[in-house]
Amino acid sequence: MIEVELAVNGERETVSVDATQTLLDVLRTKLGLTGTKIGCNQGVCGSCTVLIDGKPARSCLVLAAGCRGRAITTIEGVGTADAPSPVQQAFIEAGAVQCGYCTPGMVLAAEALLRKTKRPSVPEIREALSGNLCRCSGYTKIVDAVKLASERAAP
Amino acid sequence: MAKRRTGNGAAAGVVHRAIAHDSAEKHVSGAALYVDDVPEPPGTLFAAFGLSARPHARLTSVDLAPVRAAPGVVAVMAAADIPGKNDCAPVFADDPIFADGVVEHVGQCIFAVAAATVEQARRAARLARIEYEDLPALLTVEDALAANSLLEPPQVMKRGDAARAIARAKHRRAGRFGIGGQEHFYLEGQAAFAIPGEGRDMLVLSSTQNPTEIQHVCAAALGIPDAAVTAECRRMGGAFGGKETQGAFFAAVAALLAWKTGRPVKVRADRDDDMEMTGKRHDFVVGYEAGFDDAGRIQGVEFMLASRCGRSADLSLAINDRAMMHCDNAYYLPNVSVASYRCKTHTVSNTAFRGFGGPQGMMAIEYVLDEIARALGKDPLDVRRANLYGGRGRDVTPYHMRVDDNAAPALMAELATSADYRRRRAEIADFNAKSPILKRGLALTPVKFGISFTTTHLNQAGALVHLYTDGSVHLNHGGTEMGQGLFTKVAQVVADEFGASLDRVQITATNTGKVPNTTPTAASAGSDMNGMAARNAARTIKARLLPVAAAELGCAPGAVVFAGNRVRGGRRSMTLAALAKKAFLARVSLSAAGYYRTPKIHFDRARWRGRPFYYFAYGAAASEIVLDTLTGEHRLLRVDILHDVGQSLNPAIDLGQIEGGFVQGAGWLTSEELVWDAKGRLATHAPSTYKIPAASDCPADFRVSIWRKGRNREAAIHRSKAVGEPPLMLAISVFHAIKDAAASAAGRAVRLDAPATPERVLLALEDAAAAADAPKREAAE
Repeated sequence: MIEVELAVNGERETVSVDATQTLLDVLRTKLGLTGTKIGCNQGVCGSCTVLIDGKPARSCLVLAAGCRGRAITTIEGVGTADAPSPVQQAFIEAGAVQCGYCTPGMVLAAEALLRKTKRPSVPEIREALSGNLCRCSGYTKIVDAVKLASERAAP
Repeated sequence: MAKRRTGNGAAAGVVHRAIAHDSAEKHVSGAALYVDDVPEPPGTLFAAFGLSARPHARLTSVDLAPVRAAPGVVAVMAAADIPGKNDCAPVFADDPIFADGVVEHVGQCIFAVAAATVEQARRAARLARIEYEDLPALLTVEDALAANSLLEPPQVMKRGDAARAIARAKHRRAGRFGIGGQEHFYLEGQAAFAIPGEGRDMLVLSSTQNPTEIQHVCAAALGIPDAAVTAECRRMGGAFGGKETQGAFFAAVAALLAWKTGRPVKVRADRDDDMEMTGKRHDFVVGYEAGFDDAGRIQGVEFMLASRCGRSADLSLAINDRAMMHCDNAYYLPNVSVASYRCKTHTVSNTAFRGFGGPQGMMAIEYVLDEIARALGKDPLDVRRANLYGGRGRDVTPYHMRVDDNAAPALMAELATSADYRRRRAEIADFNAKSPILKRGLALTPVKFGISFTTTHLNQAGALVHLYTDGSVHLNHGGTEMGQGLFTKVAQVVADEFGASLDRVQITATNTGKVPNTTPTAASAGSDMNGMAARNAARTIKARLLPVAAAELGCAPGAVVFAGNRVRGGRRSMTLAALAKKAFLARVSLSAAGYYRTPKIHFDRARWRGRPFYYFAYGAAASEIVLDTLTGEHRLLRVDILHDVGQSLNPAIDLGQIEGGFVQGAGWLTSEELVWDAKGRLATHAPSTYKIPAASDCPADFRVSIWRKGRNREAAIHRSKAVGEPPLMLAISVFHAIKDAAASAAGRAVRLDAPATPERVLLALEDAAAAADAPKREAAE
């Protein structure tokens, strides 16, 4: 076991982890942050997306022990059901939510895009989200949601 | 950019309105709990599986001693350790939970292990020493047909004399093509969590479309009464048919290990295991011969449908029945014969998947109509329209059901205009004439999909509604939420009945202890049936409240109106909460169970006659693609959809179903290819090799509209229509647009199997070129 101090959603926590334990596993089982979902567990579907130092990362491919000193943002750090972030609010209003399982990862991918590009074009949005799979929606409303959020943030 | 019209959704009140999914706030914030997110009580164990490495073999030795001895292991169970019935099949008792002596597909479960952590369980499961004696394995439809390995004798549906009509027809066309299967790829894999209670009680949280079946399978496996097991499902992270029966195995394993250890046990399949262990959409081989006139009208058609069912029956019989019942799609077939072969193979047992055989049946007739158009040099749209149901004597399906709600002709005409089909067809011809490498293709196809379970007894639903004395409403019903918005729609129906705002209606997890003996949430019928059952429950309570309200308000019971969280009568009104309180004091029950069974339906399978469907749902789509003839790749340029949902209960949710269904269908027919190797192993068992559509694959220009003229002729809930499955089949237009572009490149019709992967398209073009060269070569020789 390795003692590692993680900075998750602005709070520092020291957890003991196995050398091979993924960030995804530690977030869910040690920190109780179950908003980060296990989809494929091999870095393809994007359900486990978190932000590490502001950049989207697949937490199933990241070793927790390597996250010392990095700022990790999970969906719980973006907003809450009662006080959603502008991106989360746009997802609600655009009807971009069906089964919801891809949603946390999708929201984080969108957050990362909008931090980098204030007014992305539709092709840029599609490209930025293309590593996050959704099986329900056909993506239309998800793209609409990101567009809505960007228009509100940078009118 | 997407453009949408939501049709008739302007009505006041809480139904027919675009209301967000009830869990939207929880989903965007990660607060929605799925089975794997439920906090684990201390002592919870985690399961892993030992799987067969062979497609068909006798188990000569299963040594689990090393598994038992591995670190963290608390229990190991195999067939001999099951106290009750070793079966998790939905219809016939042919799906052992653990293989007993023989394995019949790669990935079949032989044993399960419970350990302190997921990793310990998985590491331990690999330590088993299993020896096999291989038996002959039938892997494909062709293998099974050659060996006459069928689940039941071929089913035949006939009307008229197809052979004679074909022989007499001016033109004939025959062929054979394949349709691939499809992995569900629900983002949330199969999961179950069994928590033992006192005595023999067992609570099973399951990601399932069918909690009642979970309850029954777990009870039977444990050898305890159904009443001792409670199955619950708050939501699924997608299902698409893949959790109609396939969840039962995982729930049974969790319950068995929980029983054995007396501790909570969680089962969550690893993605690769999930894809290997669970059934998929059936792949089909379709043979056809059609006779037709100069206009392309079918005089007679014969179909041979053969599907790969896998090692057991599961729901394959009903799935193949539905394929037969959709071989007509929206077209009148005067003389028709359909023979259906349900092949038993040594592969995973295939199962329900959105459309339930309907998509494969529809592909059969749409393929034939495309071939007819190309044989006659006509526009496929003209041939399709010439064959539609309609007109005297042309309104009866091959199974003798009258089509009395025929919306396809009007929908197709409207879509052809709004999508500018004729002008674009001409433009594409010009483009293709000048473009040697890139070729564009266009196709407009209809959907007519029968709504109801074809197994008549499944068309029933139950609900439980409580009104509390603060005016809030507790809603429960037998339907399950998988993202389709069922819970939202049923809550809208109940809120509407009580004249309450939606926030007064508390949605609760599906639970066999609240509403018993339910049928799966499937066949697109969830809102139709559970909406009705919940409305009936609400109406029962309202009927009891009326005399109380009339006495309080000083009016006749008939004058009482529920609206705006208030109850009015004459000039007076009171809050719903005040009325509920008065009713309680007057000793009036404020709780009711509701029940519904779909009327009018019947079907005689022995004669292939009846009315299996309450009504039909319709739609039409026009898809345009551009094909790169050097790589075989295509891009979706523009898609126009017009879809009939009757009077939509919730246009926002319905649009999501239409868009999502279409894209899922496009994946099935283009990029999603399941590959098994010669040893019966699935080679595409992860998203790295199995490609579902991503955001970047979607149409650049996507125009989806709900049909404004839509109205259900039948008295379905608020005159809406089912929307879960039908839109998937709109994507048949994508396949035919690719076929259209390929034909344009080849200068002749191409034979193309689905999915139309780049590889398949290139091979089809090569075959067509070789066929075109053959006469020249002969002449040269």
